[in-house]
Amino acid sequence: MATGTTPTTPVTEASGGRAHGRAAIAARHLRTDRWWVPPLVTALGLGAFIAYATWRAFANSDYYAAPYVSPFYSPCLASNCTSMKGGADWPLFGDWWGLSPALLVLVFPLGFRLTCYYYRKAYYRGIWWSPPACAVAEPHAKYTGETRFPLILQNVHRYFFYLALIVAGILTYDAVLGFRDPSGDWGHMGLGTVVLLVNIALIWAYTVSCHSCRHVIGGKLRHFSKHPVRYRLWNRVGALTARHMLLAWSSLISVGVADLYVYLVASGAFDDPRFF
Amino acid sequence: MSSYTAHFKVWRGDADGGGLQDFQVEVNDGEVVLDIIHRLQATQASDLAVRWNCKAGKCGSCSAEVNGHPRLMCMTRMSVFRRDETVTVTPMRTFPVIRDLVTDVSFNYTKAREVPAFVPPKGVAAGEYRMAQQDVERSQEFRKCIECFLCQNTCHVVRDHEENKEAFAGPRFLMRIAELDMHPLDAAEETGLNRAASAQEDHGLGYCNITKCCTDVCPENIHITDNALIPLKERAVDRKYDPLVWLGSKIRRRGQ
Repeated sequence: MATGTTPTTPVTEASGGRAHGRAAIAARHLRTDRWWVPPLVTALGLGAFIAYATWRAFANSDYYAAPYVSPFYSPCLASNCTSMKGGADWPLFGDWWGLSPALLVLVFPLGFRLTCYYYRKAYYRGIWWSPPACAVAEPHAKYTGETRFPLILQNVHRYFFYLALIVAGILTYDAVLGFRDPSGDWGHMGLGTVVLLVNIALIWAYTVSCHSCRHVIGGKLRHFSKHPVRYRLWNRVGALTARHMLLAWSSLISVGVADLYVYLVASGAFDDPRFF
Repeated sequence: MSSYTAHFKVWRGDADGGGLQDFQVEVNDGEVVLDIIHRLQATQASDLAVRWNCKAGKCGSCSAEVNGHPRLMCMTRMSVFRRDETVTVTPMRTFPVIRDLVTDVSFNYTKAREVPAFVPPKGVAAGEYRMAQQDVERSQEFRKCIECFLCQNTCHVVRDHEENKEAFAGPRFLMRIAELDMHPLDAAEETGLNRAASAQEDHGLGYCNITKCCTDVCPENIHITDNALIPLKERAVDRKYDPLVWLGSKIRRRGQ
């Protein structure tokens, strides 16, 4: 050794020197815990949702059971939609669109979640393994992160946040319509109403807890003392942002459950239990 | 007070090579990994090199990797390990090793010098700075940093890709930029320096893919990703990608 010293007991796992003078440790990592569990669970969870959502988005059937509409199909922007009484049924795209109308809408929540700071962490770790876990070497020879195309497009998250607000507003309208009965009269509530209400509450919580929202609300300010209302809102949003991962998963599950519920009712698998 | 004998593997060597060396060493209740390293020095390996100072988690000197986790040795209790568990201690991987557990962290000082310093506001003398607490509290969180460089060490951008060291400042120094950009009295903007844009263009903010390992290993529990890196990315978006912000600034300028 350069220091002129020699270990007093034999070195058991020796290897040659590494480039750049780093310690010669050949193993990719020395972690002894189950570091692979979180990325595996993440990959399985995201994979399951993508598989389910793809099936439902292309199915183009059983997405409306008055007064409930699946969140995958609202707003409905093509003429080939099932008629929804008073619902967000706006055929802006006319009748030239022959595919499932869900595809026109899902691009917005998909873009919002795809560029979300939490989901980025989730799929960079769980799917792309960049890195798979902290202090576990990634398998890629080169890394440029979000400095160039296509990942520099992650910066569009702000636009998707603005669009997600509109989508959340429409889904809120859908949830309110759940208080009408199948013939359109107000004063109804069924299990589906509760499912849609829980779903929209979680979607709003997830949307508002977004880091872009936190920034727009007040994070960009330099002097909070000059903007006391925005400062207070920024603190409130910050408390939600700290739970962004929890809200991301719970709203993802709730939107899937809401769609599944509407599918089961619309396909006749069971009748919606009515409270009043 | 109970004691037991633990199996330790400690990396020994220098830039020319080295490897893990086995030790059987006494452990007593209440001890931390650094205590055991000191016992090894005292009883079995008097030439074992380790950097340490306060032994209280405040100086940031004894950064190393314990069972593959970047940790402060003085803040890693032996009680978190099973008694029959082998404890492996290695130097930080991202930096050149000097000897045994001591690494050359000068990369960090080079990066520190690249960040433009606080720009004092015009017309306010030192000692006359007055700030509302809510204006300065964001920057104060980042001032808790003890510069242990565990975040720099664990960040895969440089840990797994040595070639990125030139372009990427690392989480600690991007956080420093955020600290100054959020500082209520920093007058960098008046000198033409936009810190958020500079973070992206000159300090490699885009390399960060917000996988939060820096936050996970921070012994001061600073929310590096949520409170520094993401807000900095958002500020860069303000400057470069948001049409509404651009439009708003144009309208405001016209109204002035």
